[in-house]
Amino acid sequence: MAEIEGGGGGGHKGGKKRGKKLSTRVDFTPMVDLGFLLITFFMLTTTMNKPQTMEINMPDKKVKTEDEKTKVKASQAITLLLAKDNKVVYYFVDEKTGEPGTPFIEEFGPKDIRRVLLQENRKRNPYVDSIGIYKDMLNKGSITEDQYNGYVSGIKAYKDGLIVVIKAADNAKYENLVDILDEMLICNIGRYAVVDITEPEIDMLKTVNLN
Amino acid sequence: MPKVKVPRKSTSIDMTAMTDVAFLLLTFFMLATKFKPDEPVVVDTPSSISLIKLPETGIMQLTIDKEGRVFYTVDGQQTRMKALEGMGAKYNIKFTPEELKQFALESSIGVPLASLKNYLATAPEERKNLKLTGIPSDSLNNELGDWIWQTRLANNQVRVAIKGDRDANMPTVKRVIETLQEKNVNRFNFITTLEK
Repeated sequence: MAEIEGGGGGGHKGGKKRGKKLSTRVDFTPMVDLGFLLITFFMLTTTMNKPQTMEINMPDKKVKTEDEKTKVKASQAITLLLAKDNKVVYYFVDEKTGEPGTPFIEEFGPKDIRRVLLQENRKRNPYVDSIGIYKDMLNKGSITEDQYNGYVSGIKAYKDGLIVVIKAADNAKYENLVDILDEMLICNIGRYAVVDITEPEIDMLKTVNLN
Repeated sequence: MPKVKVPRKSTSIDMTAMTDVAFLLLTFFMLATKFKPDEPVVVDTPSSISLIKLPETGIMQLTIDKEGRVFYTVDGQQTRMKALEGMGAKYNIKFTPEELKQFALESSIGVPLASLKNYLATAPEERKNLKLTGIPSDSLNNELGDWIWQTRLANNQVRVAIKGDRDANMPTVKRVIETLQEKNVNRFNFITTLEK
Protein backbone atom coordinates (compact mmCIF):
# COMPACT_ATOMS: atom_id res chain seq x y z
CA MET A 1 0.00 0.00 0.00
CA ALA A 2 1.91 2.90 1.27
CA GLU A 3 5.38 1.59 1.30
CA ILE A 4 7.89 2.53 -1.27
CA GLU A 5 9.44 -0.41 -2.97
CA GLY A 6 12.54 -1.43 -1.17
CA GLY A 7 15.57 -0.61 -3.27
CA GLY A 8 15.85 -3.45 -5.71
CA GLY A 9 18.54 -5.87 -4.80
CA GLY A 10 19.67 -8.94 -6.61
CA GLY A 11 19.50 -7.42 -10.03
CA HIS A 12 23.15 -7.73 -10.70
CA LYS A 13 24.12 -10.70 -12.72
CA GLY A 14 27.69 -11.69 -12.52
CA GLY A 15 28.75 -8.29 -11.34
CA LYS A 16 30.59 -7.30 -8.29
CA LYS A 17 28.88 -8.38 -5.15
CA ARG A 18 27.65 -5.28 -3.55
CA GLY A 19 25.91 -4.93 -0.19
CA LYS A 20 22.15 -4.55 -0.59
CA LYS A 21 21.06 -0.97 -0.48
CA LEU A 22 18.14 -0.99 1.93
CA SER A 23 15.59 1.72 1.57
CA THR A 24 15.39 4.06 4.52
CA ARG A 25 11.68 4.60 4.01
CA VAL A 26 9.37 3.10 6.55
CA ASP A 27 5.71 2.29 6.08
CA PHE A 28 3.80 4.72 8.26
CA THR A 29 0.32 3.23 7.79
CA PRO A 30 0.21 1.29 11.08
CA MET A 31 1.41 4.37 12.91
CA VAL A 32 -1.43 6.42 11.44
CA ASP A 33 -3.83 3.67 12.50
CA LEU A 34 -2.48 3.77 15.99
CA GLY A 35 -2.68 7.56 16.12
CA PHE A 36 -6.30 7.66 15.09
CA LEU A 37 -7.19 4.81 17.40
CA LEU A 38 -5.82 6.78 20.34
CA ILE A 39 -7.59 9.94 19.19
CA THR A 40 -10.87 8.07 19.07
CA PHE A 41 -10.23 6.69 22.51
CA PHE A 42 -9.51 10.09 23.99
CA MET A 43 -12.45 11.70 22.26
CA LEU A 44 -14.85 9.15 23.68
CA THR A 45 -13.56 8.89 27.23
CA THR A 46 -12.85 12.49 28.08
CA THR A 47 -14.81 15.66 28.53
CA MET A 48 -13.85 18.93 26.96
CA ASN A 49 -15.47 21.61 28.97
CA LYS A 50 -15.61 22.25 32.62
CA PRO A 51 -19.19 22.55 33.81
CA GLN A 52 -20.70 25.99 34.14
CA THR A 53 -22.09 26.98 37.48
CA MET A 54 -24.34 29.53 38.97
CA GLU A 55 -23.58 30.80 42.42
CA ILE A 56 -26.36 31.38 44.88
CA ASN A 57 -26.42 32.69 48.39
CA MET A 58 -29.19 31.73 50.73
CA PRO A 59 -30.16 33.71 53.80
CA ASP A 60 -28.96 32.37 57.11
CA LYS A 61 -31.63 30.22 58.69
CA LYS A 62 -30.59 31.06 62.21
CA VAL A 63 -31.90 34.63 61.94
CA LYS A 64 -35.30 34.34 63.50
CA THR A 65 -36.25 37.50 65.39
CA GLU A 66 -38.44 40.04 63.63
CA ASP A 67 -36.06 42.99 63.87
CA GLU A 68 -33.15 40.99 62.52
CA LYS A 69 -35.03 40.15 59.36
CA THR A 70 -34.39 42.38 56.42
CA LYS A 71 -37.27 44.70 55.89
CA VAL A 72 -38.39 45.19 52.34
CA LYS A 73 -40.50 48.07 51.16
CA ALA A 74 -43.70 46.77 49.62
CA SER A 75 -43.32 49.00 46.59
CA GLN A 76 -39.91 47.57 45.84
CA ALA A 77 -40.76 43.93 45.91
CA ILE A 78 -42.17 41.63 43.31
CA THR A 79 -43.04 38.08 44.24
CA LEU A 80 -42.63 35.35 41.67
CA LEU A 81 -44.33 32.04 42.22
CA LEU A 82 -43.00 29.19 40.14
CA ALA A 83 -45.95 27.01 39.29
CA LYS A 84 -46.53 23.87 37.29
CA ASP A 85 -46.45 23.60 33.48
CA ASN A 86 -43.57 26.10 33.25
CA LYS A 87 -45.73 28.99 34.32
CA VAL A 88 -44.72 31.78 36.61
CA VAL A 89 -47.19 33.87 38.57
CA TYR A 90 -46.22 37.28 39.85
CA TYR A 91 -47.88 39.75 42.11
CA PHE A 92 -47.10 42.94 44.00
CA VAL A 93 -48.01 43.74 47.55
CA ASP A 94 -50.24 46.75 47.99
CA GLU A 95 -48.32 49.38 49.89
CA LYS A 96 -51.24 50.78 51.88
CA THR A 97 -53.14 47.66 52.81
CA GLY A 98 -50.26 45.20 52.83
CA GLU A 99 -52.47 42.79 50.93
CA PRO A 100 -51.17 40.87 47.94
CA GLY A 101 -52.40 42.28 44.65
CA THR A 102 -53.80 40.54 41.61
CA PRO A 103 -51.74 37.62 40.36
CA PHE A 104 -50.61 37.67 36.74
CA ILE A 105 -49.58 34.57 34.83
CA GLU A 106 -46.54 34.60 32.57
CA GLU A 107 -44.48 32.11 30.65
CA PHE A 108 -40.74 31.76 30.92
CA GLY A 109 -39.10 33.52 28.04
CA PRO A 110 -37.72 36.77 26.71
CA LYS A 111 -41.09 38.23 25.79
CA ASP A 112 -42.87 37.18 28.93
CA ILE A 113 -41.40 37.26 32.39
CA ARG A 114 -38.19 38.92 31.26
CA ARG A 115 -40.11 41.84 29.79
CA VAL A 116 -41.96 42.27 33.09
CA LEU A 117 -38.79 42.09 35.16
CA LEU A 118 -36.88 44.49 32.93
CA GLN A 119 -39.74 46.96 32.96
CA GLU A 120 -40.19 46.82 36.73
CA ASN A 121 -36.47 47.05 37.36
CA ARG A 122 -36.16 50.06 35.05
CA LYS A 123 -39.01 51.79 36.83
CA ARG A 124 -37.23 51.55 40.16
CA ASN A 125 -33.60 51.68 39.22
CA PRO A 126 -32.87 54.59 36.84
CA TYR A 127 -29.25 53.56 36.43
CA VAL A 128 -29.90 50.10 35.07
CA ASP A 129 -29.71 51.27 31.45
CA SER A 130 -26.16 52.47 31.88
CA ILE A 131 -25.01 48.87 32.28
CA GLY A 132 -25.37 48.56 28.51
CA ILE A 133 -23.17 51.62 28.02
CA TYR A 134 -20.53 50.26 30.37
CA LYS A 135 -20.68 46.97 28.50
CA ASP A 136 -19.95 48.79 25.24
CA MET A 137 -17.08 50.64 26.89
CA LEU A 138 -15.72 47.34 28.13
CA ASN A 139 -15.93 45.84 24.67
CA LYS A 140 -14.14 48.83 23.19
CA GLY A 141 -11.50 48.54 25.87
CA SER A 142 -11.95 51.98 27.38
CA ILE A 143 -12.57 50.51 30.84
CA THR A 144 -11.06 47.43 32.43
CA GLU A 145 -13.03 44.40 33.48
CA ASP A 146 -12.53 45.23 37.15
CA GLN A 147 -13.91 48.71 36.62
CA TYR A 148 -16.86 47.28 34.74
CA ASN A 149 -17.63 44.80 37.50
CA GLY A 150 -17.37 47.58 40.05
CA TYR A 151 -19.83 49.80 38.16
CA VAL A 152 -22.28 46.97 37.58
CA SER A 153 -22.32 45.78 41.17
CA GLY A 154 -22.78 49.37 42.25
CA ILE A 155 -25.81 49.73 40.00
CA LYS A 156 -27.23 46.38 41.05
CA ALA A 157 -27.00 47.33 44.72
CA TYR A 158 -29.00 50.54 44.21
CA LYS A 159 -31.07 50.89 47.35
CA ASP A 160 -34.45 51.53 45.77
CA GLY A 161 -34.01 48.89 43.07
CA LEU A 162 -36.30 45.99 42.45
CA ILE A 163 -36.23 43.16 44.97
CA VAL A 164 -37.41 39.82 43.69
CA VAL A 165 -38.78 37.19 46.00
CA ILE A 166 -38.76 33.78 44.37
CA LYS A 167 -40.99 31.08 45.72
CA ALA A 168 -41.28 27.70 44.12
CA ALA A 169 -44.40 25.58 44.38
CA ASP A 170 -43.91 21.88 44.91
CA ASN A 171 -45.04 20.98 41.43
CA ALA A 172 -42.57 23.28 39.74
CA LYS A 173 -39.44 21.82 38.22
CA TYR A 174 -35.83 22.41 39.09
CA GLU A 175 -35.31 23.81 35.61
CA ASN A 176 -37.76 26.62 36.41
CA LEU A 177 -35.73 27.64 39.43
CA VAL A 178 -32.52 27.76 37.42
CA ASP A 179 -34.29 29.62 34.63
CA ILE A 180 -35.60 32.29 36.94
CA LEU A 181 -32.20 32.71 38.59
CA ASP A 182 -30.84 33.08 35.09
CA GLU A 183 -33.35 35.86 34.42
CA MET A 184 -31.99 37.67 37.48
CA LEU A 185 -28.59 37.67 35.80
CA ILE A 186 -29.97 38.73 32.45
CA CYS A 187 -32.12 41.51 33.87
CA ASN A 188 -29.30 42.77 36.10
CA ILE A 189 -31.30 42.33 39.24
CA GLY A 190 -28.90 42.27 42.15
CA ARG A 191 -31.26 41.65 44.98
CA TYR A 192 -33.32 38.52 45.03
CA ALA A 193 -34.03 35.72 47.42
CA VAL A 194 -35.32 32.19 47.19
CA VAL A 195 -37.87 31.70 49.94
CA ASP A 196 -40.32 28.99 50.94
CA ILE A 197 -43.83 29.30 49.58
CA THR A 198 -46.59 30.09 52.09
CA GLU A 199 -50.16 28.84 52.44
CA PRO A 200 -51.88 31.99 51.12
CA GLU A 201 -49.71 31.79 48.03
CA ILE A 202 -50.63 28.18 47.40
CA ASP A 203 -54.26 29.30 47.66
CA MET A 204 -53.49 32.10 45.24
CA LEU A 205 -52.17 29.56 42.75
CA LYS A 206 -55.44 27.68 43.16
CA THR A 207 -57.40 30.77 42.14
CA VAL A 208 -55.53 30.88 38.85
CA ASN A 209 -55.86 27.12 38.36
CA LEU A 210 -52.16 26.44 38.69
CA ASN A 211 -52.13 24.13 41.61
CA MET B 1 -2.46 3.98 -34.36
CA PRO B 2 0.07 3.18 -31.79
CA LYS B 3 -1.19 2.10 -28.44
CA VAL B 4 -0.86 4.80 -25.86
CA LYS B 5 0.66 3.32 -22.80
CA VAL B 6 -0.67 4.82 -19.63
CA PRO B 7 2.20 4.94 -17.23
CA ARG B 8 1.42 2.97 -14.14
CA LYS B 9 1.66 5.17 -11.15
CA SER B 10 2.50 3.80 -7.78
CA THR B 11 -0.53 3.72 -5.47
CA SER B 12 1.51 4.22 -2.39
CA ILE B 13 1.22 7.53 -0.60
CA ASP B 14 3.57 9.06 1.83
CA MET B 15 1.91 8.68 5.21
CA THR B 16 4.28 10.87 7.17
CA ALA B 17 2.12 13.96 6.95
CA MET B 18 -0.95 12.06 8.04
CA THR B 19 0.93 10.68 11.03
CA ASP B 20 1.87 14.20 11.96
CA VAL B 21 -1.76 15.33 11.87
CA ALA B 22 -2.94 12.31 13.82
CA PHE B 23 -0.46 12.79 16.59
CA LEU B 24 -1.00 16.52 16.70
CA LEU B 25 -4.70 15.92 17.30
CA LEU B 26 -3.87 13.23 19.80
CA THR B 27 -1.65 15.57 21.76
CA PHE B 28 -4.36 18.21 21.72
CA PHE B 29 -6.99 15.84 23.08
CA MET B 30 -4.66 14.53 25.74
CA LEU B 31 -3.85 17.99 27.00
CA ALA B 32 -7.16 19.76 26.62
CA THR B 33 -9.51 17.19 28.09
CA LYS B 34 -9.93 15.23 31.23
CA PHE B 35 -11.52 11.88 31.87
CA LYS B 36 -15.25 11.64 32.21
CA PRO B 37 -16.17 10.60 35.70
CA ASP B 38 -18.23 7.45 35.72
CA GLU B 39 -21.61 8.49 37.03
CA PRO B 40 -24.28 6.06 38.15
CA VAL B 41 -27.05 8.28 36.76
CA VAL B 42 -27.38 10.45 33.71
CA VAL B 43 -28.42 13.97 34.56
CA ASP B 44 -29.50 16.53 32.01
CA THR B 45 -28.60 19.85 33.58
CA PRO B 46 -30.59 23.00 32.80
CA SER B 47 -28.97 25.74 30.77
CA SER B 48 -28.00 29.21 31.89
CA ILE B 49 -26.03 32.18 30.65
CA SER B 50 -23.70 32.05 33.62
CA LEU B 51 -20.08 31.83 32.57
CA ILE B 52 -18.51 30.99 35.90
CA LYS B 53 -16.51 27.80 35.67
CA LEU B 54 -16.63 25.26 38.43
CA PRO B 55 -13.25 24.86 40.12
CA GLU B 56 -11.70 21.48 39.52
CA THR B 57 -10.87 20.50 43.06
CA GLY B 58 -12.54 20.76 46.41
CA ILE B 59 -16.06 20.17 45.16
CA MET B 60 -18.73 18.24 46.95
CA GLN B 61 -21.30 17.40 44.34
CA LEU B 62 -24.88 16.52 45.17
CA THR B 63 -26.68 15.07 42.18
CA ILE B 64 -30.46 15.07 42.04
CA ASP B 65 -31.89 12.88 39.34
CA LYS B 66 -35.29 12.83 37.64
CA GLU B 67 -36.76 10.45 40.16
CA GLY B 68 -35.72 12.61 43.09
CA ARG B 69 -32.84 10.45 44.24
CA VAL B 70 -29.87 12.19 45.76
CA PHE B 71 -26.31 11.11 45.05
CA TYR B 72 -23.25 12.32 46.86
CA THR B 73 -19.64 12.60 45.82
CA VAL B 74 -16.59 14.61 46.77
CA ASP B 75 -13.18 14.70 45.17
CA GLY B 76 -9.94 13.96 46.93
CA GLN B 77 -9.22 10.46 48.21
CA GLN B 78 -8.17 11.67 51.66
CA THR B 79 -11.36 13.64 52.07
CA ARG B 80 -13.48 10.70 50.99
CA MET B 81 -11.82 8.30 53.40
CA LYS B 82 -12.08 10.73 56.30
CA ALA B 83 -15.72 11.46 55.54
CA LEU B 84 -16.62 7.78 55.40
CA GLU B 85 -14.76 7.13 58.64
CA GLY B 86 -16.72 9.92 60.28
CA MET B 87 -19.98 8.54 58.94
CA GLY B 88 -19.07 5.06 60.18
CA ALA B 89 -18.32 6.40 63.63
CA LYS B 90 -21.62 8.25 63.74
CA TYR B 91 -23.74 5.29 62.63
CA ASN B 92 -21.69 2.62 64.41
CA ILE B 93 -20.66 0.83 61.24
CA LYS B 94 -17.05 -0.24 61.11
CA PHE B 95 -15.49 0.06 57.68
CA THR B 96 -12.36 -1.96 56.97
CA PRO B 97 -9.30 -0.23 55.48
CA GLU B 98 -10.02 -2.06 52.20
CA GLU B 99 -13.52 -0.67 52.14
CA LEU B 100 -12.25 2.82 52.86
CA LYS B 101 -9.80 2.50 49.99
CA GLN B 102 -12.48 1.18 47.71
CA PHE B 103 -14.76 4.06 48.66
CA ALA B 104 -12.01 6.57 47.90
CA LEU B 105 -11.93 5.37 44.31
CA GLU B 106 -15.69 5.32 43.76
CA SER B 107 -17.77 7.88 41.90
CA SER B 108 -21.15 9.13 43.15
CA ILE B 109 -22.75 7.17 45.96
CA GLY B 110 -26.49 6.72 46.01
CA VAL B 111 -27.26 4.19 48.70
CA PRO B 112 -28.06 4.56 52.39
CA LEU B 113 -25.09 4.03 54.68
CA ALA B 114 -26.46 0.73 55.94
CA SER B 115 -26.22 -0.83 52.49
CA LEU B 116 -22.97 0.89 51.53
CA LYS B 117 -20.87 -2.11 52.62
CA ASN B 118 -22.85 -4.32 50.29
CA TYR B 119 -22.58 -1.76 47.49
CA LEU B 120 -18.81 -1.53 47.83
CA ALA B 121 -18.49 -5.32 47.80
CA THR B 122 -20.42 -5.61 44.54
CA ALA B 123 -18.41 -5.64 41.36
CA PRO B 124 -18.97 -2.56 39.18
CA GLU B 125 -20.52 -4.64 36.40
CA GLU B 126 -23.14 -6.07 38.70
CA ARG B 127 -24.16 -2.79 40.25
CA LYS B 128 -26.76 -2.19 37.58
CA ASN B 129 -28.86 -4.85 39.27
CA LEU B 130 -28.63 -3.14 42.63
CA LYS B 131 -31.43 -0.82 43.49
CA LEU B 132 -30.04 2.65 44.06
CA THR B 133 -32.40 4.40 46.40
CA GLY B 134 -30.43 7.58 46.76
CA ILE B 135 -29.14 8.99 50.02
CA PRO B 136 -31.94 9.46 52.55
CA SER B 137 -32.56 13.16 53.10
CA ASP B 138 -35.92 13.27 54.87
CA SER B 139 -36.18 14.88 58.26
CA LEU B 140 -36.38 11.58 60.18
CA ASN B 141 -33.27 10.07 58.71
CA ASN B 142 -31.16 12.80 57.21
CA GLU B 143 -28.02 10.97 56.18
CA LEU B 144 -27.34 13.60 53.55
CA GLY B 145 -26.89 16.19 56.27
CA ASP B 146 -24.39 13.97 58.02
CA TRP B 147 -22.49 13.41 54.79
CA ILE B 148 -22.30 17.16 54.28
CA TRP B 149 -21.17 17.68 57.84
CA GLN B 150 -18.54 14.94 57.76
CA THR B 151 -17.22 16.16 54.43
CA ARG B 152 -16.82 19.63 55.81
CA LEU B 153 -15.01 18.23 58.82
CA ALA B 154 -12.70 16.34 56.51
CA ASN B 155 -12.06 19.34 54.26
CA ASN B 156 -13.21 22.71 55.49
CA GLN B 157 -12.46 24.36 52.14
CA VAL B 158 -15.01 22.26 50.30
CA ARG B 159 -17.52 23.97 48.03
CA VAL B 160 -20.94 22.58 47.41
CA ALA B 161 -22.32 22.10 43.94
CA ILE B 162 -25.81 20.89 43.19
CA LYS B 163 -26.25 19.11 39.90
CA GLY B 164 -29.93 18.72 39.32
CA ASP B 165 -31.83 17.28 36.41
CA ARG B 166 -34.12 19.61 34.49
CA ASP B 167 -37.10 17.61 35.60
CA ALA B 168 -36.05 17.05 39.19
CA ASN B 169 -39.00 17.76 41.40
CA MET B 170 -39.04 20.80 43.60
CA PRO B 171 -39.66 19.15 47.01
CA THR B 172 -36.43 17.16 46.71
CA VAL B 173 -34.47 20.20 45.60
CA LYS B 174 -35.93 22.14 48.49
CA ARG B 175 -35.03 19.36 50.91
CA VAL B 176 -31.44 19.38 49.73
CA ILE B 177 -31.19 23.16 49.99
CA GLU B 178 -32.79 23.07 53.42
CA THR B 179 -30.37 20.39 54.54
CA LEU B 180 -27.47 22.51 53.33
CA GLN B 181 -28.80 25.49 55.24
CA GLU B 182 -29.19 23.41 58.38
CA LYS B 183 -25.50 22.62 58.09
CA ASN B 184 -24.72 26.31 57.65
CA VAL B 185 -23.88 26.06 53.99
CA ASN B 186 -25.51 29.17 52.63
CA ARG B 187 -23.43 29.58 49.54
CA PHE B 188 -23.48 26.96 46.87
CA ASN B 189 -23.45 26.42 43.14
CA PHE B 190 -25.92 25.07 40.66
CA ILE B 191 -24.23 23.21 37.85
CA THR B 192 -25.63 24.23 34.49
CA THR B 193 -24.73 23.95 30.86
CA LEU B 194 -24.13 26.91 28.63
CA GLU B 195 -27.20 28.24 26.87
CA LYS B 196 -27.20 27.51 23.17
